[in-house]
Amino acid sequence: MSTATPSGIEVPVVATHEMAHEPEAPGAYPFTRGIFADGYRGRPWTIRQYSGFGSAEESNQRYRFLLEQGQTGLSVALDLPTQCGYDPDHAMARPEVGKVGVSLFSLSEMETLFAGIDLGAISTSFTINGTAAIIYAMYLAAADKQGVPRAKLTGTIQNDILKEYVARGTWIFPVRPSMRLIADSVLYANEVTPRFNAISIAGAHVRDAGCTAVEEMAYTLANGLAYVDELLRRGGDLAKFARRLSFFFYVHMDLFEEACKFRAGRRLWARLLRERYGVTDERALHFRFGVVCGGSSLVAAQPYNNIVRVAIENLAAVLGGAQSIFTCAYDEAFQIPTEFSAEIALRTQQIVQHESGVAATVDPLGGSYYVEWLTDRMEGAMREVMGEIDAYGGVVQAIEDGWLQRRIAVRAKERKDATDRGERVVVGQNRYRREAQADSYGEVFRLDPGTAARVLEKHSAVKRKRDAARAARALDALESAAAAEQENLMPLLVECCHAYATVGEMVERLKRCWGEFQEPVRL
Amino acid sequence: MSAVAAGPLAGKRILVAKPGLDGHDAGAKVIALALRDAGAEVIYTGLRKSPEFIVRVALDEDVAAVGLSILSGSHQELSREVLEGLRAAGAGDIPVFVGGTIPPQDRAALVAAGVKGVFTNDTPLEQMIDELARVLA
Repeated sequence: MSTATPSGIEVPVVATHEMAHEPEAPGAYPFTRGIFADGYRGRPWTIRQYSGFGSAEESNQRYRFLLEQGQTGLSVALDLPTQCGYDPDHAMARPEVGKVGVSLFSLSEMETLFAGIDLGAISTSFTINGTAAIIYAMYLAAADKQGVPRAKLTGTIQNDILKEYVARGTWIFPVRPSMRLIADSVLYANEVTPRFNAISIAGAHVRDAGCTAVEEMAYTLANGLAYVDELLRRGGDLAKFARRLSFFFYVHMDLFEEACKFRAGRRLWARLLRERYGVTDERALHFRFGVVCGGSSLVAAQPYNNIVRVAIENLAAVLGGAQSIFTCAYDEAFQIPTEFSAEIALRTQQIVQHESGVAATVDPLGGSYYVEWLTDRMEGAMREVMGEIDAYGGVVQAIEDGWLQRRIAVRAKERKDATDRGERVVVGQNRYRREAQADSYGEVFRLDPGTAARVLEKHSAVKRKRDAARAARALDALESAAAAEQENLMPLLVECCHAYATVGEMVERLKRCWGEFQEPVRL
Repeated sequence: MSAVAAGPLAGKRILVAKPGLDGHDAGAKVIALALRDAGAEVIYTGLRKSPEFIVRVALDEDVAAVGLSILSGSHQELSREVLEGLRAAGAGDIPVFVGGTIPPQDRAALVAAGVKGVFTNDTPLEQMIDELARVLA
């Protein structure tokens, strides 16, 4: 049995009272025990399943199904062409149209996606980064079309480009103009959609790429501070924008390390804002985060075991005080979930929320000698990793040089080696694997093969039918504002969307001004 | 990279490539590091490369094998395009391997299309190296 957590923290046989300190009350600085005094009693976590595939019509149907089934927020998965800024007719886009998410090439698709769904009554999260400002603009335009006041909109765009360079890979522009686009959207959102999170600083993907729980939190908080610095440089009001910063993490299988990761991260963020910037406004210090279960912790071998894994991860996220949770379907280790597997994932959360009783008392682990000790140890380890990044010259430099990317790749290799050697036990894969195991994979997800053709048809119809002069004017205005540097690009992007300019057209104009990111390949 | 390498893949030049728009590169990098540990000279393309680009690099660098890493679900189309590109260039003898998120029921079709081996994240690295060494022997 391993005597260390997956982050390498040696744990005691038994924790005793002299190892732990009494934490402050929930809802009080530094928020170790949660940002609300009444925990989940005041507001339960949002059940937010990530979904979207094929065309806007198909995803619209899945969303209506999920809302009818009691889901409380939507989470939109976008296809790779939309994420990387290519129209569906681009050569690079061809095999990927509608595959890992829905194609939203223009406002027409956003309107279809939310047909019959009141944008003023739901909260929507978009996992979008390279083209986040564009998708946010498109969402605003869709709300305008529905007649919903922009100020009523709630939801989140991920809009965290730094971790894209490190792990997820949907970057488009170089780092510095990308930071401008983020500042533009966050500052604009503060004014126009005050209840909307214009950024969700994410650790999930660097974790998926191989780093540890401690590094996941440390890298994410380092990115968070880089955004704070950029927003301050742009004249943002910290007390105001800090209230709308949100975070997003992975949850893996080590129940206590994961719960303590969230407790330690929540406390560390509040402390960093206070120590470095002197923030005192309580709500600006609140560390609000969403969690995704699964991904690389799911296993293709004996896949039904993943249902159990997801339930444990779900529990860890709740014990850590997450504001929203996405539970993976058991078949995500090898395919896009079917309606059947997606429903089990949703029911898992509902069982934890309504049957397990864990949400009734705030931070029920608080005061446990072991949990308080581990929370302290993890906070210390996170500060050490952040210190290493600072010593290198900051996170932007570390990314531009490929230093952080290389660190994560090496960590991923270590994890793989530990799994191959059997030191990291994966039940059904490298332990308790039956001879001649014939895994049952359940129902197979098949995307409608006609989807891409239909998307392409709609794409050319939109370009044919729109007011060409208005679209051209809007794109020209965007390009000259992008070249000028001072102007906030958001109003211009909203106008482009209203004019049915496509994502690919907007990105092309911005590339003309800013060029593209050159990936440092260092192994 | 050391000039004189030892190991089961010593002296082999191998291209690890990311075709299409998929940005998950942890697997590709782990493979690249493992191949290098096994003595191979590894060329890694970085993200978001077209099949045409990958074929050109394979020819220009005169590689012994190509490994494609695909986690976006587009493995059939992208592998086929690389295989066809290599054949069209008269280099159909360069073995192509595929790794990533490959649904079990898709493996046979990839092999039938000409892929020499399919590796997923539960394949032990040693097993992958052995298989490559056998094919490239």
